[in-house]
Amino acid sequence: MSLLPLTFLLPLVGTLILALSRGTLNARASAVVGVASVGLAALVTAWVGWTFRADGGTGVDMTLWTWLSVGDFQPAIGLRLDGLSLTMLSIITGVGFLIHLFAAWYMRGESGVTRFYAYMNLFVFSMILLVLGDNVLLLYLGWEGVGLCSYLLIGYYYQTSANGWAAFKAFIVTRLGDVFLAIGLFLLFRALGTLNIAEILARAPEVWNEGSLEVQLAALLILGGALGKSAQLPLHTWLADAMAGPTPVSALIHAATMVTAGVYLIARMHGIFELAPTVLYLVGLIGALTLLMAGFAALAQTDIKRVLAYSTMSQIGYMFLALGVGAYDAAIFHLMTHAFFKALLFLSAGAVIVSCHHEQDMRRLGGLWRRLPLAYAGFVVGGAALAALPLVTAGFYSKDEILWEAWAAGNGGLMLAGLVGAFLTSLYTLRLIIGTFHGEMKSDNARHAEPGRGLVHGLPLVVLALLSTFIGAGIHPPLEGVLPSGPGADAHGVGHTVLGIFAAAASLGGLGLAAWLFLKRRRWLAERVAGGWEARLWRLWNQAWGFDIAYDRLLVRPYRGLVHVLRNDIIDRLVLVAGWMAWLSHRGLSYTQSGKLRLYATSMALGVTVILLVLVLGG
Amino acid sequence: MNGIPMEHGLVLAAILFTLGFAGLICRRNMVFVLMSLEVMLNAAALAFIVGGTAWGQPEGQAMFLLVITLAAAEASVGLALLIQLHHRFKSLDVDAANRMRG
Amino acid sequence: MTLLWLILIPFVGGLLCWQGERFGDQAPRWIALATMLIELLITLGLWFHGDYHLPQMGTASEATRWSMEWQVAWIPRFGIDVHLALDGLSLVLIALTGFLGMLAVLCSWNEIVRRVGFFHLNLLWILGGVVGVFLAIDLFLFFFFWEMMLVPMYFLIALWGHSGSEGRTRIRAATKFFIYTQASGLLMLVSILGLVFAHHANTGEYSFAYATLLETPLSEGTAMLLMLGFFVAFAVKLPVVPLHGWLPDAHAQAPTAGSVDLAGILLKTAAYGMLRFALPLFPEASQAFAPVAMTLGLVGIFYGALLACGQQDVKRLIAYTSISHMGFVLIGIYAGTELALQGVVMLMVAHAFSAAGLFILSGQLYERLHTRDMREMGGLWGRMGSLPGFSLCFVAASLGMPGTANFLGEFMVLFGSFPAAPWTVVIASGGLVLAAVYSLLLMQRVHFGPAKGEGRFADLDGREYLMMLSILALVLLFGLYPQPLLDTTGAAMLEVQQLFGAVAQSSTLMTGAP
Repeated sequence: MSLLPLTFLLPLVGTLILALSRGTLNARASAVVGVASVGLAALVTAWVGWTFRADGGTGVDMTLWTWLSVGDFQPAIGLRLDGLSLTMLSIITGVGFLIHLFAAWYMRGESGVTRFYAYMNLFVFSMILLVLGDNVLLLYLGWEGVGLCSYLLIGYYYQTSANGWAAFKAFIVTRLGDVFLAIGLFLLFRALGTLNIAEILARAPEVWNEGSLEVQLAALLILGGALGKSAQLPLHTWLADAMAGPTPVSALIHAATMVTAGVYLIARMHGIFELAPTVLYLVGLIGALTLLMAGFAALAQTDIKRVLAYSTMSQIGYMFLALGVGAYDAAIFHLMTHAFFKALLFLSAGAVIVSCHHEQDMRRLGGLWRRLPLAYAGFVVGGAALAALPLVTAGFYSKDEILWEAWAAGNGGLMLAGLVGAFLTSLYTLRLIIGTFHGEMKSDNARHAEPGRGLVHGLPLVVLALLSTFIGAGIHPPLEGVLPSGPGADAHGVGHTVLGIFAAAASLGGLGLAAWLFLKRRRWLAERVAGGWEARLWRLWNQAWGFDIAYDRLLVRPYRGLVHVLRNDIIDRLVLVAGWMAWLSHRGLSYTQSGKLRLYATSMALGVTVILLVLVLGG
Repeated sequence: MNGIPMEHGLVLAAILFTLGFAGLICRRNMVFVLMSLEVMLNAAALAFIVGGTAWGQPEGQAMFLLVITLAAAEASVGLALLIQLHHRFKSLDVDAANRMRG
Repeated sequence: MTLLWLILIPFVGGLLCWQGERFGDQAPRWIALATMLIELLITLGLWFHGDYHLPQMGTASEATRWSMEWQVAWIPRFGIDVHLALDGLSLVLIALTGFLGMLAVLCSWNEIVRRVGFFHLNLLWILGGVVGVFLAIDLFLFFFFWEMMLVPMYFLIALWGHSGSEGRTRIRAATKFFIYTQASGLLMLVSILGLVFAHHANTGEYSFAYATLLETPLSEGTAMLLMLGFFVAFAVKLPVVPLHGWLPDAHAQAPTAGSVDLAGILLKTAAYGMLRFALPLFPEASQAFAPVAMTLGLVGIFYGALLACGQQDVKRLIAYTSISHMGFVLIGIYAGTELALQGVVMLMVAHAFSAAGLFILSGQLYERLHTRDMREMGGLWGRMGSLPGFSLCFVAASLGMPGTANFLGEFMVLFGSFPAAPWTVVIASGGLVLAAVYSLLLMQRVHFGPAKGEGRFADLDGREYLMMLSILALVLLFGLYPQPLLDTTGAAMLEVQQLFGAVAQSSTLMTGAP
């Protein structure tokens, strides 16, 4: 009997305890329950991983019960542990535990933290089901569950309407993607008659020829789901607004785990995408476009968390790019390192935000590096990994791998986009660090910053910082046999080294340019941005190319207009015309009932006359 | 028979009926309304007499008796209503009693 | 005999409640609660002791089609019997009636203070009528119970309802409800009589028996007309969109118990009617009509969802979401595959729970705030104890969150209908997005946002908390382990599918070569 179910049952138990406590738990007890459940899940995961290794990587198949069974439709509540899900599981529980721990520091003094930990534990539960589910319906359960938790946590500070609407937007936009995924599942089930992932992957090549219309369609629909969840073009608009949630939430959900679910999904369903090369190419293309789009947008943000949000989109763009060239393992590798360094960056940002009394605008921060050394160190290490500083950081190895695979797949265009993206990444990363930690302190909040103390604050940062360096790159996800190896897997050589040098140059070049621009030519830059076409460009990037406005005009307003027009139930009104007519005729007839004797007599005489005339003349 | 031609009698009855009806729909005073009704009834009775005479049938006179009785009954009921009307509305105007208008 | 008692218990209980008022206001409440509990227990007893894995059609004779039957002559001259029968489908729906009946009694515990005895009389008589509808398989008897439900419902809305805003009075809503359902009932009566006369023309004898009429050969045109009569009657009750006008008014103005019964059970009688009568009696005509019905279902999904977004009144919003959900039911019924039909049952049960939950919650909200206008709410999350948390759960169920029974229902319908009507399903899936929009809009307007006042409202008391928790537990139970339910209704649904699906194959052959 494997301990595998405990990984998600523990967070579930945590959720139930917190949800049913009805306010009897104080903040400290809630934190203990919330953190401990995930911590125990992480321990179980470690045990599961160890047995996985010991068994030689055969994995575990476990059917808990048959969910329902009607004819062929027999999805199970079943778990499948293989290298891919183990990797994801480790990230979710491991990084998740560190983030929960940090949250215990971050959420101190807030009211109603029971709710916070309940949501967080529920999120971990759903996310684990998402990666462990052995059939697509269970995966969908987790998929929607994480969406709901994301919604709840973005809107955690519910008293501010804007947060609520940000959460609303996040849920609706991802739900749009989910519907595509759902239709894709209908299509898969109709064609293959099964929902089990392993069976789907096995049967797909038997039923479909490569490039047949139906498989392309299925792949496209699944991609739709992945785009929504992973905030890729054109369904990316929710992620930046999602930063309204508490920062540990952004670290866990909107950086390390949930937003990478799309990458996991495509990797999981790789068999379908292999049969639809055009769609697979589209995946890469969307990744490349997103990474550039988000890179430019990140350059023009002033909110720390929004910079990180756009950088997350951009990094997931890299993962999609890797998927698009068939380098699934490179994508998952980057997913892992990204989880480390982006979680580190977000937690450091959280440390800055709490220390500076919830100030997160770079224009009002600055000069903090002396006051907040630990957060500064976190930012430097995480930023270096994000910017892929050569040789010493985890980010360099994973990003280099992606670029190499793209090149090896013969896709120079995508590789070039990746290089440009790397350059942009360095640029905005250093801008973020300089803007936050160097220069003069621009507000009282920054001047009165109080550094965080204690183990719960320090430990997560230190561990994640270590994992963001080359140490993290040393962890190799056990993906052999689960995912097909990428095109450049067995062609390491001079070409790879040369490309590595190019990538290093792009990264260092970006850093250099950023240092020059933001340290030496600051005033010049500010003047250029103040007016003219640069200002317009800045505004365009600041609003992330205007997608929000376009969607608002094209979709939201027409919808609201339609709702407004229909609000009073037009059809009902039409039916009421019948009642209105009856009323009208009643009014008309009752008007003749005047109560005047003379009128009655007249009408009677008239009637008699008419009848007589008809009888006489007609007869 | 060399008396008055039947047509003359019928025309007279018709004229009387019309006069009565005109009075019925023009007058608002209940006394006059009742009188008009009497005139109309008598016009109808006259028509019966004329018809009975013309065809030499006794039924015409029988109907006349019936009409007379009817008129007497009508007059008594009408006068009773008139007293009630005057009692309730302090007026003999029939339009004042239009409480049953829709 | 048990079947007769299932119907009689609520009626007798109702009379007891009425007279029980002499012993104080609490007596009718306890009597009503006990009545529904007995009803539920009997049904559950039947469930555990009976065998609903019936032999398949074709291999079995007519006698084994029902797991229980009870018959006595009523008006033999016209072939009218009191003929009751129970199969898996009716069993599940009666159990649902019992459970929701208890909830209806519980949720009006503090709400109803005037004429308590008469209120419970009406409430129980509605439930009795509903049980009758689920059990009757003599068409005349079915019609009798069908009309029987309406009168007490009318009184429930007219006497204990809330008068809404802008001239929407409870009397008006009750009248509207009565006229809509009565007029459509008349159409059904005409259809029933038409069917009986058609049978008379064939065999020379009158019969209202379901099993006899099932085999009446009908010409294509007649079958279509008669089917439309049934369809319209059920479509008004379901409701299907152009005929839905009574529902929002009735829901908004009815007392909480009335809304719970309406949404939870009365709407289900319509789907039951379609599954039991409209489809099996006229398989060919229904099959020909299926595209129209599915289109109506689609219209319902989107129209209901759009209107739900535009409402200010909480209960009207929930009422429109019912219309949207019933669109899925309609699509599932007329898709006619086994999976879709089972999904319909699932969705009916799930919607009964989630809608009842939401209506009870809005009733509790009304008791605390004395308004149902969402413009006057907002920011209630921290001020009401566990009520917002429950709202969240039921809103999640209503938007089809996996893990809840609603998700399974919707997805079974969609999975099952996809092979039969792929484009319909694709468009219907769009309704899932709108479901999220209106459901979250409810949360957003009522519980999130800046608080509109100071202080806290009363938390849920033990009765309310237990009530909500039990519904929620059932929603989750059926969302994660629905197999007992599906096994019970499986045989009944398979039968419908075989009657309906056999025609589907031949008709596709026909339309394939026109």
